[in-house]
Amino acid sequence: MNKGKMKKGKTNTFTRRDFLKGFGSGTLGVAITPKLLAQKAESIQTKAGEVPVYAKKQIKFTVNSKAYTKVVEPQETLLDVLRDKLSLTGAKKTCDRGECGGCTVLLDGNPIYSCMYLAIRADGTNIKTIEGMAKEGKLHPLQQAYIDKDAYQCGFCTPGFIMASEALLKKKSNPDLGEIKKGLSGNLCRCGNYTKIYQAVDQAAKAGRS
Amino acid sequence: MEKKDSRYAMEDSNLWYETYASDQTQHSSEALSSDSDKKFKLIGKHIKRIDGKKIVTGKAPFTQDIKLKGMLIGKILRSPHAKAEVLSIKLDVAKSLSGVKAAILMIRGNIQYAGQMVAAVAAVDEKTADKALELIKVEYKPMPFVVIEEKAREEGSPQVHDKRPNVEQRRGYSRGDVEAGFGKADVVIERTYKTAVEIHQTAETHVSIAKWQGERLTIWDSTQAIHSVRDQLAEVLQIPASRIKVIKQYMGGGFGSKLGLNEQTVAASMLAKETNRPVKVMLTRKANSLCVGNRPSTFQTYKGGVKKDGTITALSLLSHTSGGIRGGDRSSEPMIDVHKCENAKVEDYNIYMNTGPSKPTRAPGLVQGTFGLEGFIEELANEIGMDPLEFRKKNYTTKNRGGTGIPYSSKGLDKAYEIGAKQIGWHKRNKVPGEGKGRIRRGIGMAAGIWWGAGSPGTLADVKLHPDGSVEAVCGTQDIGCGTRTHMAIVTAETLGLEPKDITVKLGNSDYPWAPLSGGSLTTPSVAPALRDAALKAAEHLKGMAASKLKVSASSIVCENFTFQEKGNPKNATPFKEVLGDLSHEIVFHGERKGLPEGYAYNTFGAHFAEVEVDTMTGMIKVIKVVAVHDSGRIINKLTAESQVIGGITQGLSTALFEQRIMDNETGRMVNPNLRDYKIATSMDIPEIVPLFVDSVDPRINILGTKGLGEPPRIPASAVIANSVYNAIGIHIREIPMTPDKVLQALKEKEVAR
Repeated sequence: MNKGKMKKGKTNTFTRRDFLKGFGSGTLGVAITPKLLAQKAESIQTKAGEVPVYAKKQIKFTVNSKAYTKVVEPQETLLDVLRDKLSLTGAKKTCDRGECGGCTVLLDGNPIYSCMYLAIRADGTNIKTIEGMAKEGKLHPLQQAYIDKDAYQCGFCTPGFIMASEALLKKKSNPDLGEIKKGLSGNLCRCGNYTKIYQAVDQAAKAGRS
Repeated sequence: MEKKDSRYAMEDSNLWYETYASDQTQHSSEALSSDSDKKFKLIGKHIKRIDGKKIVTGKAPFTQDIKLKGMLIGKILRSPHAKAEVLSIKLDVAKSLSGVKAAILMIRGNIQYAGQMVAAVAAVDEKTADKALELIKVEYKPMPFVVIEEKAREEGSPQVHDKRPNVEQRRGYSRGDVEAGFGKADVVIERTYKTAVEIHQTAETHVSIAKWQGERLTIWDSTQAIHSVRDQLAEVLQIPASRIKVIKQYMGGGFGSKLGLNEQTVAASMLAKETNRPVKVMLTRKANSLCVGNRPSTFQTYKGGVKKDGTITALSLLSHTSGGIRGGDRSSEPMIDVHKCENAKVEDYNIYMNTGPSKPTRAPGLVQGTFGLEGFIEELANEIGMDPLEFRKKNYTTKNRGGTGIPYSSKGLDKAYEIGAKQIGWHKRNKVPGEGKGRIRRGIGMAAGIWWGAGSPGTLADVKLHPDGSVEAVCGTQDIGCGTRTHMAIVTAETLGLEPKDITVKLGNSDYPWAPLSGGSLTTPSVAPALRDAALKAAEHLKGMAASKLKVSASSIVCENFTFQEKGNPKNATPFKEVLGDLSHEIVFHGERKGLPEGYAYNTFGAHFAEVEVDTMTGMIKVIKVVAVHDSGRIINKLTAESQVIGGITQGLSTALFEQRIMDNETGRMVNPNLRDYKIATSMDIPEIVPLFVDSVDPRINILGTKGLGEPPRIPASAVIANSVYNAIGIHIREIPMTPDKVLQALKEKEVAR
């Protein structure tokens, strides 16, 4: 099970991001945090010694056809930036470690787990989130298909699934059931409505061809 | 009603449901079948969700997504020890960190499990809050602990609770004389079945936001139970419930873990009070794996006697269950009720250990008990060489308590057997389990299920009419993903001759009229009849107003196609909006879900049939197809009902094949508190699923004849896979999850025995 969970562009970020993001836990954090936070904690002793601190960085990127310039911290993930700085809360924080696909967005057309992607790496990229799928109030065929087939229950994983579906159909416009299953295998739906999700992707694929 | 809502905290996490069900019969009874033969235009059809657009555009506001002005981020510090005395906690350093606004103690007494809440902080952002947690110095004195069921049962193992033994007897059950029953049997067998601890793993982790305005507290919570959260929080904070408002619009899955007040809500409320700012506390995936509940493990030993003609003469169950520091699940319900049997006995024990407390998990006790009982039924049938479907039919009963109790108000299980067997192709199964040849073995099996699901008498709902022609349906229920918003719109629109999209649905706010928590398959059979009642009153009032316009009596008017029209003469009609236009102000009609007539048992039923493939080389089980047939009375919306059944089957498959919490005996910690190591079914594991319904309407359960559907599809869904595997390889894997190692081990044992 969980086959094909790691998608393109997701594997090589883990160590680095895990290291940086992890500075909330472990002795390492005690060493670097006083530099970023206020000075009151400076007196805390640590065995870890000095660790290089990455500076904040200004990045420019496009999200849903809109250009943004944002100053991000090195440990911030793309998911955090989308949700906290851009108020795009469609992508969800579900596992926060690349296991479930609830945060899936498209980066230069490829599906990524935005919780595993450092924001500083998004500099110069083109990102599409669930909020960019409908055009001028008209739903994307995938969105309509998810409604028609009731391809959700609680709806929490739905934005991630729709983005993964979009990536799948861009790559393969006429997928069979096996290809749909594989294409969505990086996303988890705990309510367990996969059967309906397959039907929705199939409907959207057919709509795209007609 | 508050009392009932708080029962989730009772020792038996599933006792709550039964107590609830038996209470219902004490309410007044009246004839409620007035709608039972109505032909509906919307009810029972496939209706798309009215809030679908919000969900697919990412605009549905989940609690996780809500950000208030000036909101702080709260975090919880947890114990790394499974059992420990807390000698001291120093919060000063954490408090002195810039950006930290509060640090408070959250523990009283000793640590009882790894992951237990110790302290909480609130800071300007997540990073600072995380940092503050590290600066809290806690001095623990670790104590001996036990986290494995078998070890907890051993003489002299570390005692979990001061005043309770680790193995504690619970309420049992007895009818007839089992020993006499076994004496009459031609064959008596005994088998033991085991189920692992399962974690809810909701998509949205538990999250709450608290905001005080003077003495009033507003909570945004990812919850299945707005009223329970309000009432339990009031008790904890020692403030009147009237000053608390709980809001939940969208929630990312609960499955029982969000059935009442959770610790993060208390922490958020206290931190918000301390800082005088709104505070959000969202649990991590790891915390969600440790602290918000689990499905208890069970060890069920069945003994059964059967005559050669298939008559079951006696059944007994010795059950042990562990819900960690809290009580476990009662798995005896299927054995007590489902099949005809005069003599039955249950002995039941809790096993306490130093792991997180249990909480109801979709069909608590029944998932485990059905895996045990329905597996045992297959084995009994095999002992006498009888087809297991024929065996079940032979022992069919229309009265509860195995035929010794009161009649079921309605029971469509016989029809479910018939429809399901035909759909799966029952005749294709191995006549002798495991008779197939080759590496890949196919098998077909079945399992039956029972649940309560009558709904809660006393549920209230309003229909509000506005002079501008708009209509509101209001109820203090919650839509946890079952489509309750849409159900409310369907029932109201059906009654007033409108379309679902014309109804403004308001729910998920504890200031609205009372409805029960969304668990136990209560919601639809509670809310839909209450709303129907309110809408019927509204329709009656409006017909009275339309009567003078149409110059006919109110009784000869019907609401259809956005008009009030004379029955049989649709040309004599007046538009709905025009009638409402005559109102001088808004007008509200109150509806109630009335009581249940006494003398009947109100239950839901279902039968699942499955086909599987077992690879005898690798031990891998592949589920090919599942057919589910359910009797849940009248279905309000077929589209969402099908989704619910599909979800129940997917989760049941996951339980049968993958899910288990793994505890480390040395450290006392859970070793798989994430979604990678805690395996759940994914896209690649899903079989063909055929959700079907017995077309029935309960004649007296409520004015719509509808029963619940939340739990039922989850109940036989694990058992059916085990039974199909049995048919495929001729060995009953008596332990779930049926991981490949267990399958291979069983195959090896069979080979050796040959």
